[in-house]
Amino acid sequence: MDPAALLAAYEQMTVIRRTEKAAHDLFLQGLVKGTTHLAAGHEAIAVGASAALRPDDYVFATYRGHHHAMARGATPEECLAELMSRATGLCKAKGGSMHLTKASTGMLGSYAIVGAHLPMAAGAAWSARLRGTDQIAVAFFGDGATNIGAFHEALNLAAVWKLPVLFVCENNLYMEYTPIADVTAVARPAADRAPAYGIPGEVVDGNDVVAVQETVARLAARARAGDGPALLEAQTYRHFGHSRADPATYRPAEEVERWLKHDPLDLARGQLAEMGVAEAVLGEADERATAVVRKAVEAAKAAPPADPDEALTDVWADGGAAWRT
Amino acid sequence: MADVISYREAVAEGIAREMRRDPSVVCLGEDIGEAGGVFKTTVGLFKEFGPQRVWDTPISEQAIVGAAMGAAMTGMRPVAEIMFSDFLACCWDYLANEIPKVRYMTGGQVTVPLVVRTANGGGLGFGAQHSQATENWALTVPGLKIAAPATPADVIGMMAAAIRSDDPVVFFEHKGLLASKGTPPPPDHVVELGRAAVVREGADVTLVALASMVPVALKAAELLSGEGIEAEVVDLRCLVPLDVTTVLTSLGRTSRLVTVEENPYQGGWGATLVSVVADEGFDLLDAPVRRVAGDCVPLPFADALEERVIPTVEKVVATVRGLAAY
Ligand SMILES: Cc1ncc(C[n+]2csc(CCOP(=O)(O)OP(=O)(O)O)c2C)c(N)n1
Repeated sequence: MDPAALLAAYEQMTVIRRTEKAAHDLFLQGLVKGTTHLAAGHEAIAVGASAALRPDDYVFATYRGHHHAMARGATPEECLAELMSRATGLCKAKGGSMHLTKASTGMLGSYAIVGAHLPMAAGAAWSARLRGTDQIAVAFFGDGATNIGAFHEALNLAAVWKLPVLFVCENNLYMEYTPIADVTAVARPAADRAPAYGIPGEVVDGNDVVAVQETVARLAARARAGDGPALLEAQTYRHFGHSRADPATYRPAEEVERWLKHDPLDLARGQLAEMGVAEAVLGEADERATAVVRKAVEAAKAAPPADPDEALTDVWADGGAAWRT
Repeated sequence: MADVISYREAVAEGIAREMRRDPSVVCLGEDIGEAGGVFKTTVGLFKEFGPQRVWDTPISEQAIVGAAMGAAMTGMRPVAEIMFSDFLACCWDYLANEIPKVRYMTGGQVTVPLVVRTANGGGLGFGAQHSQATENWALTVPGLKIAAPATPADVIGMMAAAIRSDDPVVFFEHKGLLASKGTPPPPDHVVELGRAAVVREGADVTLVALASMVPVALKAAELLSGEGIEAEVVDLRCLVPLDVTTVLTSLGRTSRLVTVEENPYQGGWGATLVSVVADEGFDLLDAPVRRVAGDCVPLPFADALEERVIPTVEKVVATVRGLAAY
């Protein structure tokens, strides 16, 4: 990444971090219902990967997908409006935090059944191949998903059909509350499984946006060239608990401390400083991010609430929901 | 084209017609290529359309339906085969949680034009894990269209409608009907989803049936006719959309209703139909409604046991007799 690209990535990560902070604050004010799974700490994976993808590539994410939606073009305002049950929400307030989707930018959904979207990503890659485009598809998922059947079925299918798809595991060391190491027989739950499918398995520092961008760019080029899928394990950490309800007291204090020191935003700042980018320039990026998110919060708050009549639309392609004559 | 076609051949013919018409139609499933499918319902497709459009998959029901979903979301019209309908349970997440919900929960952003075809039902002595009538599983899921044709012409016409549908369709091909024969329909024959057919007219009682139960109901009607009871037989053809109008219109003529269902009574489609009739057609009825349905047991193996569980002509006749005397 050149300094300009890294600065842009830093700013985007900052916007995402602050949008999630806003979501958290809005929840405390009673303006966000349900639950959220914050991705604070994972930003470099979404932003680094997106920087390596083309706008017409496909992305599939999980319930922990705020960062992917925003990295792939959803605005903080659309996302916050969705979380706040507003008519202007990204999914007309029918999706919520766990289902942020922006199909027009190739962000084909966030899925809350662990591992379910891996076969879909393989299917989108298959479709690209059938249509003769050189698009690729990327599925982001957690370490917990590597023990789900759909993970293994998708990997095998993608491998035997040589599909242009990347499987990117965000290994944050925990499933919900259980360390992945306690329930998985190999040390690296994603990368160590790749040889069984005859595909490359790599590990990257998921908090280093430059490393993520470079690795994904290389694996994407390979997939685009027809050399098939790859499995990437991006090692990272979530700053908060699994979801809103989880104080994450099960994590050893020194582990938390060590990882918080390895924050993707700080890391990017350090890299920018090393490249000679002035502190003042970074300060301006921070200010722009703050302003964008503040405006988004205000706009989402001012937006009209979701229309109850919308509950009976969008089941079918004609827009309706009728199941009988 | 020959002047008769089997139900089995109609499946392949129906798919082939759509594949010729629309290059975005592709097939995937286990053994569907060179082998032509375990039920020989895809014979000829691989030869005509080649490996780029007819894809053999590993034994991976989740990957088959999940990949079909991803492909459908991105511009293709996949037709996925799940060998036996019992195996839908292996990919139930896709049928219950993913495919039918994605349009809704994205606020209408995504369309999933796919068909999941599967061999359904009993009568062939395949035992408990290869014989269930499972169309009622799908009926419990908002967002799936459900087709279950009873004749070769309907297989072709409904396959066309299913593949052209921008909504996901689960297409139940009945194993017990695969060898049955009928007249092949003309080119571009399309049977709109959600249109029931009155396949026999009669003034005394309405029998509503689906798939393999249509010939059962028709045979029962013939026997009853000898006793002076004229049954009208409605082939529902689809469970979603459900053609309530045709059923209520028929009831307007007959004032008596019997549903004939292969699926277990408990949770069967007849219960939904009957509740709508109770709601909207109570005044049309001169007698209680009756449901002839499967017993709520795993389907047994031996013919004698299978017959004990699944509706038969005799059971339908007996039920109608009782109702006529009411
Ligand atoms: C099939 C399925 N089983 C269980 C759950 C409940 N659940 C939600 S998130 C989660 C943990 C997933 O952990 P991981 O895949 O590592 O992702 P992370 O939350 O760490 O991003 C579980 C068990 C679910 N949503 N889907």
